[in-house]
Amino acid sequence: MKLHEFQGKALLRQAGVPLLAGRPCRTPDEAEAAARELGPPVVVKAQIHAGGRGKGTVYADAACTTLVRQGGVALAASPEEARQLAGQLLGNYLRTAQTGGVGKRINTVLVEAGCRIARELYVSVLLDRAAALPVLVASDAGGMDIEELAAREPQRIRRRHIDPALGLLEHQARRLGYELGLTPPQVAQFVPTARALVRAFLEHDADLVEINPLVVAADDRVLALDCKLSIDDNALFRHPEIAAWLDPDEEDPAELEAKRHEMAFVKLDGNIGCMVNGAGLAMATIDAIALYGWQQGAAPANFLDVGGGASAEKVTIAFKLILRDPAVEAILVNIFGGIMKCDTIAQGVLSAVREVGLDRPLVVRLEGTRVEEGKRLLAESGLAVIPADDLKDGCIKAAEAAARWRAARGLPPRPPLPAPASFATAIR
Amino acid sequence: MAVLVNRDTRLICQGITGKVGTFHSNGAIAYGTRFVGGVTPGKGGQWWTADDGSRYPVWNTVAEAMREGGANATMIFVPAPAAADAILEAIEAGMPLIVAITEGIPVRDMYAVKRALAAHPEVRFIGPNCPGIITPGECKIGIMPGYIHRRGSTGIVSRSGTLTYEAVYQTTRCGLGQSTCIGIGGDPIKGLDFIDCLRLFNEDPETEQIVLIGEIGGDSEERAAAYIKEQVRKPVIGFIAGTRAPKGKRMGHAGAIVSGNSGTAEAKLAALRAAGVHIAESPATIGETVLAALRARR
Repeated sequence: MKLHEFQGKALLRQAGVPLLAGRPCRTPDEAEAAARELGPPVVVKAQIHAGGRGKGTVYADAACTTLVRQGGVALAASPEEARQLAGQLLGNYLRTAQTGGVGKRINTVLVEAGCRIARELYVSVLLDRAAALPVLVASDAGGMDIEELAAREPQRIRRRHIDPALGLLEHQARRLGYELGLTPPQVAQFVPTARALVRAFLEHDADLVEINPLVVAADDRVLALDCKLSIDDNALFRHPEIAAWLDPDEEDPAELEAKRHEMAFVKLDGNIGCMVNGAGLAMATIDAIALYGWQQGAAPANFLDVGGGASAEKVTIAFKLILRDPAVEAILVNIFGGIMKCDTIAQGVLSAVREVGLDRPLVVRLEGTRVEEGKRLLAESGLAVIPADDLKDGCIKAAEAAARWRAARGLPPRPPLPAPASFATAIR
Repeated sequence: MAVLVNRDTRLICQGITGKVGTFHSNGAIAYGTRFVGGVTPGKGGQWWTADDGSRYPVWNTVAEAMREGGANATMIFVPAPAAADAILEAIEAGMPLIVAITEGIPVRDMYAVKRALAAHPEVRFIGPNCPGIITPGECKIGIMPGYIHRRGSTGIVSRSGTLTYEAVYQTTRCGLGQSTCIGIGGDPIKGLDFIDCLRLFNEDPETEQIVLIGEIGGDSEERAAAYIKEQVRKPVIGFIAGTRAPKGKRMGHAGAIVSGNSGTAEAKLAALRAAGVHIAESPATIGETVLAALRARR
């Protein structure tokens, strides 16, 4: 679960990470009062779950047609200016290089005191999967895109594995500080800051703490200027107070609803809705739709894993989720019945179709336990279910059904998509 | 031969008195696995009755189950908040094979599991968040549908449950069957990885070809590819799920996520291809890709 900057900073503060004084504000009045309290100049920062906020653009609408201002982060020289800036940000939408073409609604701004910056560093803590340990990543090149830096100047990135039982050790932090080129008084400040960042990562079950930049102030203080923090979803049960911070404006409503029913949903931008059991098969299904349907312009509209024990109720909820998306022109159900039997699935599909009233073509591919019974139920239902023999057949039939559905509504055919990379493999 | 489990495997279930533990213990018994009982703390001394009427002891601790029941393998169905402790108990007891089916264990809990495993080299750990392991006709540990398997020559190792079943079903239908199928699970920190399983299959005389099913996230497949190139002399058939997954989105499995530029399907496919692995273009063609690979070898 991703957190806003102000939420992440609240956790950092608890762990003892030095930060600039700041106040999250939800109204221009609050922003003005915060600026007065902190003492201008202050920085007003739009709170959305995306990077590149400073270089982003603020619009009055999510579709980004009416421009409000350039920049989602700005300096205010007076409380009045802070109020005016907050007014331009709050309730409007910020589009950045990371928001994918749309704007994200700004519900909160963070008003922070300013500081004189001597140096900018980069520090993050994350999981090193291969080592099965947390790793601290640091660079003297603060404020830069870390992936770009890793590609261009990998020698400027330093890594230290962390013993999760002990945290970052003092000597590890100290050595790192010197390697980053800090002066002895700066190192003395860097050590407790870095150790507190790691403590925050471990104590709050974070899967990422990224501070870019971590600044060395003119007075040698080492401060987290920005904060990107996310929590391991599997550990949220231990942190109900953090789980309650979830901002529904940052989440896709369909993804949230799926999660409530213990299903995994990810919205994609194509026209074939799909419902699959198992995460791996669900991923393989969206891959296959793109692989076999591109000539008809077909692409997956969603990823949906209904899980191992999908009941008729779950299937019904899944159908409703898929059908809510107006971009869906056909649905592909791909189930390998293992413990969950195919006839149970078929019954679930049929009762869901009867309840929801399917208005778009449905292709069903069933395989596995009691597959014949399942197929018979579908065939004898009298409902217009298109049976598929295998996944490839199902993808092709779904793409064709979507094309017919468009034609029947007088819509032009979709243009073909670029052919996916060839999977042809040299046999040795 | 097969690997890791066979008819001498003496299985217990941790969490046997729970609904899911009960269901899959019955599945193991119905398949013919040598099942010796279960562990539920606080219910030691009771008897657990299977669907077929047979009765099995319940112990309070894994150590008792090993001492009194001669258990040498455990499958864990303990809910996520307590699962790591159950795994740690089994490791501390020196259980030779531990299979954790539970989904949703926090990463921080798995650090402790990895540390304990490092201190117990005699223990092999599979999972978590996995379907389990099966040697057809001898031993089924986990949640896979037993009947789709047939004993044969294909070793299967996979990060995904349902994709494993696809591979099993197709290798059964094309007449090759399976030696052992290992689901290593969809979490970012896990026990046995691809390389461990490849090594076992490579050394197993019954396994003649290996199917490897990976997905986005991490670099297990890339490391497996390097190992295959160096060590594996049997044909390897690969499939990678998640070519179309958007960056930064978790695709159902906790470990299935492309972070920045790392963990992409493209990089994994390229590494496997470069190692001479035969790539199936979709899960529907795993069976035919296996056959094509075998034809090319002859």
